[in-house]
Amino acid sequence: MTDATLSLHEKDQSKLPLEYRTEEGDLRIVGFWIFLAAELVLFGTLFGSYLVLQSHTAGGPGPHDLFEIGPVMAETIVLLISSFTCGLSTLELRRHNKKGLIGWLIVTILLGLVFLGLEINEFYTYAVHEGAPISRSAFLSGFFVLLGTHGAHVTLGIVWIAGILLQLGKRGITTVTARKAFMAGLYWHFLDVVWIFIFTAVYLTGLVI
Amino acid sequence: MIESIKSFMGWFFVTGDPMIYGADASIALASIGIVAVLTYFKKWKWLWEEWLTTVDHKKIGIMYIIAALLMLFRGGVDALMMRAQLTLPNLHFLDAEHYNQVFTTHGTIMIIFVAMPFIFGLMNIAVPLQIGARDVAFPFLNALSFWLFFFGAMLFNLSFVIGGSPDAGWSSYAPYAGAEMNPGVGQNYYLIGVQISGIGSLATGINFLVTILKMRAPGMTLFKMPLFTWSILITSVIVVFAFPAFTVALALMSIDRLFGAHFFTIAAGGSPMLWANLFWFWGHPEVYIVLLPVFGIFSEVIATFAHKTLFGYAVMVWSMVAISVLSFITWLHHFFTMGNTAPVNAFFSISTMLIAIPTGVKIFNWLFTLNKGRIQFTTPMLWALAFIPNFTIGGITGVMLAMAPADYQYHNSYFLVAHFHSTLIAGTVFGIFCGLHYWWPKMFGYLLDETKGKWAFWIFMISFNICFMPMYFLGLMGMTRRMYTYPAGLGWTPINVVMTIGAVGMGVGFIIMAYNIVWSAIHGKKDKTGDPWDGRTLEWATSSPAAEYNFAHIPEVSTRDAFEAMKEAERKGEADSKKPYAPIHMPSNTGIPVIMSAFMFVAGFGCVFEWYWMAIPGAIGVIACMIARSFVYDDHHFIPVEDIERTEAATGRLS
Ligand code: HEM
Ligand SMILES: [Cu+2]
Repeated sequence: MTDATLSLHEKDQSKLPLEYRTEEGDLRIVGFWIFLAAELVLFGTLFGSYLVLQSHTAGGPGPHDLFEIGPVMAETIVLLISSFTCGLSTLELRRHNKKGLIGWLIVTILLGLVFLGLEINEFYTYAVHEGAPISRSAFLSGFFVLLGTHGAHVTLGIVWIAGILLQLGKRGITTVTARKAFMAGLYWHFLDVVWIFIFTAVYLTGLVI
Repeated sequence: MIESIKSFMGWFFVTGDPMIYGADASIALASIGIVAVLTYFKKWKWLWEEWLTTVDHKKIGIMYIIAALLMLFRGGVDALMMRAQLTLPNLHFLDAEHYNQVFTTHGTIMIIFVAMPFIFGLMNIAVPLQIGARDVAFPFLNALSFWLFFFGAMLFNLSFVIGGSPDAGWSSYAPYAGAEMNPGVGQNYYLIGVQISGIGSLATGINFLVTILKMRAPGMTLFKMPLFTWSILITSVIVVFAFPAFTVALALMSIDRLFGAHFFTIAAGGSPMLWANLFWFWGHPEVYIVLLPVFGIFSEVIATFAHKTLFGYAVMVWSMVAISVLSFITWLHHFFTMGNTAPVNAFFSISTMLIAIPTGVKIFNWLFTLNKGRIQFTTPMLWALAFIPNFTIGGITGVMLAMAPADYQYHNSYFLVAHFHSTLIAGTVFGIFCGLHYWWPKMFGYLLDETKGKWAFWIFMISFNICFMPMYFLGLMGMTRRMYTYPAGLGWTPINVVMTIGAVGMGVGFIIMAYNIVWSAIHGKKDKTGDPWDGRTLEWATSSPAAEYNFAHIPEVSTRDAFEAMKEAERKGEADSKKPYAPIHMPSNTGIPVIMSAFMFVAGFGCVFEWYWMAIPGAIGVIACMIARSFVYDDHHFIPVEDIERTEAATGRLS
């Protein structure tokens, strides 16, 4: 038998992190990475569309008129910190510390909620106070849909992690809950990376150019 | 009150056309008939337990194929209606509006609801068996993919009788497909029906990628995999990287139509060309999604019935890899004429022609496999042999179309229509028919009748040529695509008459094939050995149909053509002694995928009509199903050793 097909049963399982110890856990994590690759294409397409339409303001407000660095920095910092706390939760997971894991996950989703609140406030300001709703111009369509898709992903992440918290509370850290917590962590970091691109491609270029 | 109900009904249901009333009546009758038969024979429980909730890849494959055959029937009727309308000049069988709807539903159904699901069906059946696995990596997700496809297709087809069909072509170009020029619900049906099934396709891509990468039998390295499995591996990669772009494109156009955004409108800065780019960024890889798998099928079938190992295995693999990479950088050849600069056209012209190289290499490898083989002319082999010349014509005309300056002449003429039917029919359709006959015994345990199969083949294949070879010349004579009628005196009439005759012949071929399926279900020859064709790959190593767990012992692989090697060892008396059985771990059935997809259907229908009172509860149902799934922990069961022994004994495999 060759190395390439050695299944996990035959590896020394006790050396692996909990989430990789069952074959099922291993398969799902690989699948999740591939899913994230697909998500990357999805966001890539949205970025491409946004960049094409960025200058198509149709006489309405453009990036310069709308974006303010203050709230955007606040959103960015909150989300970056949440990524850090999410990383801490994975560390606690590796140490099999249920309390620490649950605690840091709760902090993570609370920060996620703060981020969402800030973002909704930003959207509301643009759409209602600045007269710049999604239907105003192609630029605004691109802006709201790109950021909205990211925001919807964050919302879904919060719901997902909340569900995992309930399961962790009930069952403790098992191979299954460990896998779920680990995957939710990957997802959360991915959303953070997407945000960094949004910060650069939407806000920074929008304010500078 | 009564007046308003009346006017609502008049708008909700498509009215005023006898053909549609006929469809209404037949849909109602068929539904009542199905319910009555199921109730009379007390089959509801059976339907639920054996099919609706199954996670078995073999059953899911069968459901895909049944659904795809039904959709092929609908798409075929659409084709015959178009051909009827075009047979003679100035006919008024279909009016312009109706013709637009028919070519739109024909194209969309054939690509999205026939070619893809048929291929997904065949790969569901064959791939886990070929790699010696007991199921796919994510059986739950697999069931979900199927049901999303199914309900997406149902939603799309509903447009025929409720609300009105889409009419902007299968490519749904902006700005015509936008809300301003295309009010009503037809285009919403396209966007949302295709979206729902597309999500399922993406999930299938991920599922098979992981399955093939991680679940191969011990000893089966990548370069020992059967070629069909290779083709699915590569196709899955294309699916994962192409479909998200389509998901976005469809979503953006839906948002334009439903919420007044301006991605693709002309007003307010929208960019119709953005749609064309996004659509074809998915659309061109899509044609390879429906083509590479049939390359895989032909490779299996040709090797099996030439009784030789495939010529140039590694080259075959690498040429598929090359095709998959190139498929992502050719999309612009669909709109050479839509205002690009010369260097851009030149780039895409060259990248398109480059694809001919790996494809040509494959054609020669099949020919060299046949060379000096002991060729056996079974029905699947006939489909495979016919594929080679017929598809090559499609390929060569493709290179002609790839020359950007020449394409200014060919573009959107019947020359193009003939080209893509030469590839889609002689490639994809011949391929799925080939695979259907080849794997039929593995699916059901009996063979399709050879005589009737050959009749169907010859009639379909000859009629295909009668229909589509003259079409090239019609295109060169100037008849353009998507025109609903034409005046007399242009010299187009004789060719159109011949084409319609060919189209009817293809319909006859299809009916013979359907008859063969019914006939063989009753009289078909049983496949007792599990290996009716003297096959070379592992799916033939197990019984037909395969047991729930596929293999009582996971096979060990040491070479390509693994089953051929096992048979060889057995002939030499080197078969290894039997090992004891162990309980087998299998996923349990679940109703969540079908229920979740039904909620998706409700949400989708609500979005089509912009009835958010319906869409929002539907969406909540979908999320509730996801949460419910997350809390299910007990989703597996063990098959005890006694059951395995009983099953194996029943197929004569216990020794
Ligand atoms: C029974 C054999 C078939 C016949 C007679 C047939 C005939 C036709 C006709 C008459 C058109 C419309 C041409 C026009 O007015 O522009 C058409 C379009 C099309 N067909 Fe077929 N077809 C057949 C099978 C298929 C299959 C198997 C596929 C795909 C797997 C397919 C894919 C398409 C597509 C994508 C279009 C373009 C629709 C559009 O313009 O939006 N056809 N076909
Ligand atoms: Cu193309």
